[in-house]
Amino acid sequence: MGKTLFDKIWDAHVIDEIEGGPSVLYIDKHLIHEVTSPQAFNGINKRGLKVRRPERTVATPDHNVPTIDQHLPIKDKLSKYQVDKLTENCEQHGVELYGLNHPYQGIVHVVGPQMGITQPGMTMVCGDSHTSTHGAFGTIAFGIGTSEVEMVLATQCILQPKPKKMRITVNGSLKNGVTSKDVILYIISEISASGATGFFVEYAGEVFRSMSMEARMTVCNMSIEMGARGGLIAPDQKTFDYVEGREYAPKGTDWDKSIAKWTKLNTDADAVFDEELKFDATDIEPMITYGTNPGMGVGITGSIPVVGDISSKEVPSFQKSLEYMGFKDGDVMIGKKVDYVFVGSCTNGRIEDLRSVADFVKGKKKADNITAWIVPGSKQVEKQAIKEGIVDVLEEAGFKMRQPGCSACLAMNDDKVPKGKYAVSTSNRNFEGRQGPGSRTLLASPLTAAAVAITGKIIDPRTILQN
Amino acid sequence: MAIDKFRHTISTAVPLPIENVDTDQIIPARFLKATTRDGFGENLFRDWRYDNSDQPIPDFVLNNSIYRGKILVGGKNFGCGSSREHAAWAVGDYGFKVVVSSFFADIFKNNALNNGILPITVSEDFLAQIFSEIEKDPDVKFEVNLESQTFKITSTAVETDFDINPYKKKCLLNGYDDIDYLLSISDKIETFETARAE
Repeated sequence: MGKTLFDKIWDAHVIDEIEGGPSVLYIDKHLIHEVTSPQAFNGINKRGLKVRRPERTVATPDHNVPTIDQHLPIKDKLSKYQVDKLTENCEQHGVELYGLNHPYQGIVHVVGPQMGITQPGMTMVCGDSHTSTHGAFGTIAFGIGTSEVEMVLATQCILQPKPKKMRITVNGSLKNGVTSKDVILYIISEISASGATGFFVEYAGEVFRSMSMEARMTVCNMSIEMGARGGLIAPDQKTFDYVEGREYAPKGTDWDKSIAKWTKLNTDADAVFDEELKFDATDIEPMITYGTNPGMGVGITGSIPVVGDISSKEVPSFQKSLEYMGFKDGDVMIGKKVDYVFVGSCTNGRIEDLRSVADFVKGKKKADNITAWIVPGSKQVEKQAIKEGIVDVLEEAGFKMRQPGCSACLAMNDDKVPKGKYAVSTSNRNFEGRQGPGSRTLLASPLTAAAVAITGKIIDPRTILQN
Repeated sequence: MAIDKFRHTISTAVPLPIENVDTDQIIPARFLKATTRDGFGENLFRDWRYDNSDQPIPDFVLNNSIYRGKILVGGKNFGCGSSREHAAWAVGDYGFKVVVSSFFADIFKNNALNNGILPITVSEDFLAQIFSEIEKDPDVKFEVNLESQTFKITSTAVETDFDINPYKKKCLLNGYDDIDYLLSISDKIETFETARAE
């Protein structure tokens, strides 16, 4: 029997199997940030250990950094202490750090690919659930807890039970105005926020093949939102072209050797998955969420389900969610008033996302009732956006450009949506209070977010695209 | 750097019959600024537990003194969302040793086990029985036996088996942690690294 892409990479990294227990998995690259690493460094320091392979770990502060005045000392004392602690730990253990104001700083999952750190066939981990992003390159990449961060620092290995395998195939062509974000929100709405728990997903089919690398990253990024351990896409020429020439990419004869290895990274025709799901691209509309988990999404021209259509066990959670959101079952989404638009995060904070927003809003003004924040995913993205004139276009339209970081995606810093306000966000989670206590989040694509910013309410972006 | 050994537990339980309890509810992001593992219990379920003026919300289970104990019982897909281990630290720091649900998110489950907290997955029907027994009598006790992998409702003597990876079971019962194990096989790691470099 053939092997899946996942099996091939996994098996090549298993050092040992514990009887009846997890596998010992070797980790090629480890990304760390300021929030989930300090306790891990405390742990190895207490044990008197060194970082086993410092060259395999890269650090950048992102979750907790301010997105204005980054050249000044961080005002919030606790945040400053945490960011300083990362610097101190990296210096002590010889770990490469892209600190605040470093030209490579940014959200870890934007930094990895942009630096060429992320490469096909690798195992990658980070103390952040959106590590699944790197799966876009045909890597096994997943989020871990801080005890596991400590394991990787200490031993470059992790103990992991092997997940089951699922393949999600989407064939056909996407309709105009439908983006990679809509594809993944659609899949999650179909299978629910726990529909892939216990699985590692491979995305296959024409739709993912024709996506750019950045679009594939958006899809893999949100694998965790359906519970999956991670998601990956077999590498192809687009992947190789994206990696080639980047700082950490193999060079010269090493590049040729790498390509020879990477072209073998695919699922054998006779490989068997534990579960196979198939969707048709033409069924997918621009998506919007209405509830408090990413599985609660509908096509933007649709309406919130009615209680009668929900299974009785789920009704209390469904009603609690709608009450929080201030919506009623059966409500139509189009026309709902919005207060904030947030474009950014490891899901949609890359240059293509900013381009798509700028193309749409060029020559237009944001609606008066909207506060619009654009937060580039990294310093490199910010630099490119300035170079291409994107920043000028967005500022002329009334958007506020911020500096790189996770920002309002999780609202650890001051970028918070006020209580009761509605935000259309290009991020990944619409949990209660995710963007600030009492905030109400509706997840959407950058294109939809741009259309909402211009009109001040939920709108199908295609109605403006057509004009 | 051992974890606490898991002891035979007989306790009342705190019911939280809500599905998809995510880690942002367990411990909101704004409380993740600490650099140690301590003190997160204070902010466990912060935004369900306290209002905007930091006053306790009386309806919430943790503010209702009739509910207490070492066991937290949650709805389906408990612990979904972020990988923050702070969620497991908060649950443990508050005093819970066991979390019961019909379904756990993967990362939360790993994080709990790595901190000596036992996640027990039971059937949806059994979960409904637990909630209903607590509703009838908040003083009802539950017995958790990790050795025999059984969870018992003492009032009805109805018992269910639960699964746990044999390695993790050994770790919990003996207080071992994964790093001790990985350090004990450093020669194998070395061999693997050397072989790959060639």
